[in-house]
Amino acid sequence: MRGTKQQQQHELQRQQAQKPMNGLREVLWMASVATCIKMLLMPTYHSTDFEVHRHWLALTASLPLNQWYIDETSPWTLDYPPFFAWFEYVLSFFARIVDPVIVDLTRGLKYDAASAVYFQRGSVMCSDLLLFLGTWRFCRNFPLKLQILSYLAIFFSPGLLMVDHIHFQYNGFLLGVLLLSVSYLKEGNDLTGGIMFAILLCFKHLFAIAAPVYFVYLLRHYCHDLARFLKLGFSVMLVILTAFGPFLYYGQIAQVLRRLFPFGRGLCHAYWAPNFWALYNAVDKMLSYLLRMLGFDVVMEKAAMTGGLVGDSKAHAILPQITPGLSMFLVLLSMSPCLIKIWRKPRRDNLLICVVYAYTCGYIFGWHVHEKASLHFVIPLVLAAVDSVKVAKEYYFVSIVSYYSLFPLLFEPREYPVKMIFLVLHSTAMWYGFAINFAPQTQTSVKESELKERNGCMSLCIKKKMFIAGLVGLEIYVQLIHHLVFEERLPFLPLMLISVYCSIGLMYAWLKQLSFVIEL
Amino acid sequence: MRWTVLTSDAIIFFPAVFAFSMAFHHQRRFDESAWAFAVILLQPALILIDHGHFQYNCISLGLTLGAVASICLHRDYLASVLFCLALNHKQMSAYYAPAFFAYLFGKSIRKKNPIFEVMKLGVAVIGTFLLCWWPFLHSRTAEAVLLRLAPLQRGIFEDYVANFWCASSLVVKWKQIFPNTVLAYLALFATLVSFLPSVVQQIRSPSHRGFLLSLFNSSLSFYLFSYQVHEKSILLPLIPASLLILEDFSLYRGMILCAMFSMFPLLRRDGLVVPYIATFALHLLLLNVPFLEKSLSHVKERQHPSLKYMSDGLLFTGCLIDLLYLLIEPPPRYPFLFEALNSLLVFICLVLIGLHSHIQQWSATSTHEQIDADKVKMN
Repeated sequence: MRGTKQQQQHELQRQQAQKPMNGLREVLWMASVATCIKMLLMPTYHSTDFEVHRHWLALTASLPLNQWYIDETSPWTLDYPPFFAWFEYVLSFFARIVDPVIVDLTRGLKYDAASAVYFQRGSVMCSDLLLFLGTWRFCRNFPLKLQILSYLAIFFSPGLLMVDHIHFQYNGFLLGVLLLSVSYLKEGNDLTGGIMFAILLCFKHLFAIAAPVYFVYLLRHYCHDLARFLKLGFSVMLVILTAFGPFLYYGQIAQVLRRLFPFGRGLCHAYWAPNFWALYNAVDKMLSYLLRMLGFDVVMEKAAMTGGLVGDSKAHAILPQITPGLSMFLVLLSMSPCLIKIWRKPRRDNLLICVVYAYTCGYIFGWHVHEKASLHFVIPLVLAAVDSVKVAKEYYFVSIVSYYSLFPLLFEPREYPVKMIFLVLHSTAMWYGFAINFAPQTQTSVKESELKERNGCMSLCIKKKMFIAGLVGLEIYVQLIHHLVFEERLPFLPLMLISVYCSIGLMYAWLKQLSFVIEL
Repeated sequence: MRWTVLTSDAIIFFPAVFAFSMAFHHQRRFDESAWAFAVILLQPALILIDHGHFQYNCISLGLTLGAVASICLHRDYLASVLFCLALNHKQMSAYYAPAFFAYLFGKSIRKKNPIFEVMKLGVAVIGTFLLCWWPFLHSRTAEAVLLRLAPLQRGIFEDYVANFWCASSLVVKWKQIFPNTVLAYLALFATLVSFLPSVVQQIRSPSHRGFLLSLFNSSLSFYLFSYQVHEKSILLPLIPASLLILEDFSLYRGMILCAMFSMFPLLRRDGLVVPYIATFALHLLLLNVPFLEKSLSHVKERQHPSLKYMSDGLLFTGCLIDLLYLLIEPPPRYPFLFEALNSLLVFICLVLIGLHSHIQQWSATSTHEQIDADKVKMN
């Protein structure tokens, strides 16, 4: 009896999965709910990134093409590739209708009237349509329950809500393009996938970290003969020329590249992104304090790690200096197992894990990494997590740690309950979602007691549980205890602690992903 | 300050809704009762008024809900005490008083010793009142308090409310014909007449479902005919409608649309347009969840078609009016054109809903057996 019921369910799911519009209604519903929540977030704190993008609207609207990468009216110069500039240009048409001051180059400086806020936030919400499309396209052949779980994890990702819709950025649609590209590759449509990836690079060059993976995969999987290689190469070159061509014509390529790759900035951002370098910096600081106390003459730079606008400084007192070249070398070195695997077994199913791994390596060893870059590997990881329990456990752990590490971005007290509630809801929903999905027999309505029995397969190991408990303790310290103990001294200590603690978690995540890649 | 509203919401309103859910919906499937619980809690009108406009309705509504839950659990004395506390928190809770009175009276006269039962309830009520008013009785400021509670000088209606006096004032200029005191008596009379049917029904045959409907009917009649009604008072009929969501979905749907549209002018003045749209849309999405469709199908199927069409029509027209209100300047001769249209539309729908709910209450299944069965259970 049980057997036939299970068979029937599987059959039903298979039939459902084959409908092309499968899950569309659920996507629309979840997208609408997410958009409403984003509307409620409109009056929240926005960072300087808001002014950055507003300025780019004004820049592209008011100046001719050959001034875009040269203009210095505002310190927030254009440092994204040309397609993003075109995107801002298109938006500026609408901005002008809403409120012309937004796109005024001089009058609009630091303009944050309600019209500007609503317009910009609205533009992020609209561009998220690409995220919805990309996710749906990837997931549309999953069984309905897995689809719903993916949409829940991605559309309502606390990281995206915090970074895109509060702090203000446009990561959503870029990740959507990435997911679209991966979805084409998953279906075997390599040429389109490759072209989409090239387009993505011309929107934000940071995504180029996964380029080696794409290159090797497409070389081995698609380019069986010279004709295909030429076709792919030609298409990609065409995309790049469309983007950079005009600037090549104006002879500004050097300037453009200088803007896109500002290596004058330090190894770490002002708030150390929780990667390997954060640990490196922390060790360096500890060593220098230690040696100082032991009487050695140590030259210590004050707050030398700040990135942002100004350039070079001797960052490390004891440990060797890190150069951009060294950082890139380490990134490529850590990616090499993955590249070797893809070279040997260029299979479609492996691609997503490798792309995610590539972004993780880029995050762990990259130069001047922002903590926001963790979104690049956490979001796509969801799609790998819905298939397999062990990836799900890693995703659950990594998402909590990386979303927590984004908390310092929103430092005003108004947003505190909001970000806390997002994270707590996300963790709870993901836990139940994965637990129900990986239960031996999924039914439509699962009673609480049965759920507890089946939770066994989703239980995290003791180390992870303790780490997450430590996060709670850390938060209590940062919010309450530090001020009581130290008052105004050592103001950088809470942030440093968060950064170092999370980097331990993320380093663990990186190693775990490495093990997945090796097992492929 | 906002934290105080949030905390009082969490401490008083949430547990009350939970208690009600346990008491009234305990026989339903988990999906349905969980969904109903979510709908009652995520009430956009309450959220916008209490946390946006800033008020403390959640306390009196929570206490009232606690009283309702107590009634469903057959704890009548607790119910009286809680409701008196609610009354002493906000006199608007008096909108529910006829229903409570009718149900408790109807139940008492069926018990073995009716006069004794009524006296016991009276003691509970008077005792609670004494407790609350004690400080004021001491210092003889009670009269001042009472005067503040009934501000007759504000006139029969302010702004554009979707009630009878405002709607009919398009035709009959009440304020110009009668002085305030006469209007006050007129309003009292109209309100009494309008809630009398539901009170009579409950006294004749009290039941839990009938009680909830009577709560709705009496608060609706107060809203439509009372003196000096605010737009925010729409919360009072709205809450009982939400309690009945699993029994009569079309009633709730019509009611929430009326409530939200009637509050739009107020919220627009407060600068809450975007939260209004967001919470309204969220709530409508909550009422139509795709993955709960199978579980809720029989709740949705039992909708009354006439009310359903009315709600659909209201949704369309209301959105249209709101949009026009936002985008277009009204003609100078009728500066309040959109507000008037809005309140007229909502008034018509409220009257239709009120008729429907009165029919529902009178056709509720007979309850002699129910009350007797309850008595048997208690003994």
